[in-house]
Amino acid sequence: MSAGDLEVQTHPIAARVTHWLMALAILLLIGSGWRIYNASPIFDFRFPEAVTLGGDVEDALALHNDPGVASALAWHFAAMWLLALSYLGFVLWNTITGHFRRDFLPIGPRLFWRDFVAAATFRLQHRLGEYNVVQRVAYWGALGSVAMMLLSGIAIWKPVQTYPLEVLFGGFQGARIVHFVFMTAIVLFIAIHVALVILVPKTFVAMTLGRATAMPHARKGDA
Amino acid sequence: MDLERRRLFGGSLSLGALTLLTGCDISDHESVQKALALVSRWNDRVQAAIFGANRLAPTFAEDQAVKDFRYNAWYGPDRSPRLDDASYRLTLAGQIADKRPWTIERLHALPRVSQITRHVCVEGWSMIGKWSGIPLRDFLGQIGADTTARYVGFECADGYYEGIDMPTALHPQTLMAFQLSDDILPTRYGYPFKIRIPTKLGFKNPKFVTTIYVSNQQPRGFWTDRGYNWFSGI
Repeated sequence: MSAGDLEVQTHPIAARVTHWLMALAILLLIGSGWRIYNASPIFDFRFPEAVTLGGDVEDALALHNDPGVASALAWHFAAMWLLALSYLGFVLWNTITGHFRRDFLPIGPRLFWRDFVAAATFRLQHRLGEYNVVQRVAYWGALGSVAMMLLSGIAIWKPVQTYPLEVLFGGFQGARIVHFVFMTAIVLFIAIHVALVILVPKTFVAMTLGRATAMPHARKGDA
Repeated sequence: MDLERRRLFGGSLSLGALTLLTGCDISDHESVQKALALVSRWNDRVQAAIFGANRLAPTFAEDQAVKDFRYNAWYGPDRSPRLDDASYRLTLAGQIADKRPWTIERLHALPRVSQITRHVCVEGWSMIGKWSGIPLRDFLGQIGADTTARYVGFECADGYYEGIDMPTALHPQTLMAFQLSDDILPTRYGYPFKIRIPTKLGFKNPKFVTTIYVSNQQPRGFWTDRGYNWFSGI
């Protein structure tokens, strides 16, 4: 595409469905995960109850002496299947169709630095449908973080049946900390991801309806 | 039409995000609870399938075992039931050939093995302890329990009740634990014995056991009745 063409972003239906299913699953997992964390915090703080998922705490306490952890766990162990399946679908589909290779590669320290400096100095051009290297690295980071969440989650869920996995994470408590750290990474990714989507709303249109177009940006060298 | 459906889809997603952000939680809806319970039963089956009948829970060194084990129940330790040696009887029921009740004296005369294993609570904390007692499978053999039945259930003096699948009951590390840290099990920890199962979450380890029964009907569980997953293997 030459610089003068209309910018086009398309997302096939498989990418959109798996993307939004992952988004839903991750929201449910974070909300319920924070409620579960609150039952036995690793660090010296708790998440505000209002942003956690698991039903009304007072009702649950009155009804059966439990601060809604039962519901939170039920959400967590239901949404984990949704995440695992949609994640596998997303990764397999993007690998087979070559989307990863075409749009998320190449990456490298030098390319990353070039785009990072450009972004930091507000000189990075955004073309709808093209990912700069900082974006590509962020997407790989998010995908890697989900993989780490699934693995550390299995280690916490089944520490006896999958004991070697726990050992890799440095013990049961190590697996809990890894689970927390990559949760934090995903929350940061979502914050930046959503902020950038708000800046360029057409990307939301493309991810929801499948296609969006934009007038090309003026660039140096464009006549 | 397609566009409408897509708008609806996007709308329900942002609604999901909104419920999380505003704390207006959908968890308490009956239909949501029913759907979650359905997935929980599916998870029971998955856990039963991946459970290794002879896969051992990790064991630890003597010095890793906690001496002052964490007390955990929905009531305070001062309200623990005090079972009297003279009147206590362990009742046996269901598919068991020899249902004669057991006195504490006879229970204490059973041969014991020791294990240093980790107790994992559903809340996320864990603690290593040393328990001693008879493997439940040996006791089930001695009383002529029908081990082709699907479940073993427990009733307790504090009103607690639990039950486990037969493969877990026959697991070599599932104990009737009469001792904690080499001492006779103190009252607050479940005297005269607790069922110690290192392949299950802590709440599947009942204390103050007064009845053991064998059945093909899935036993109810105190916390399972309050929304927790039934199998709760680890």
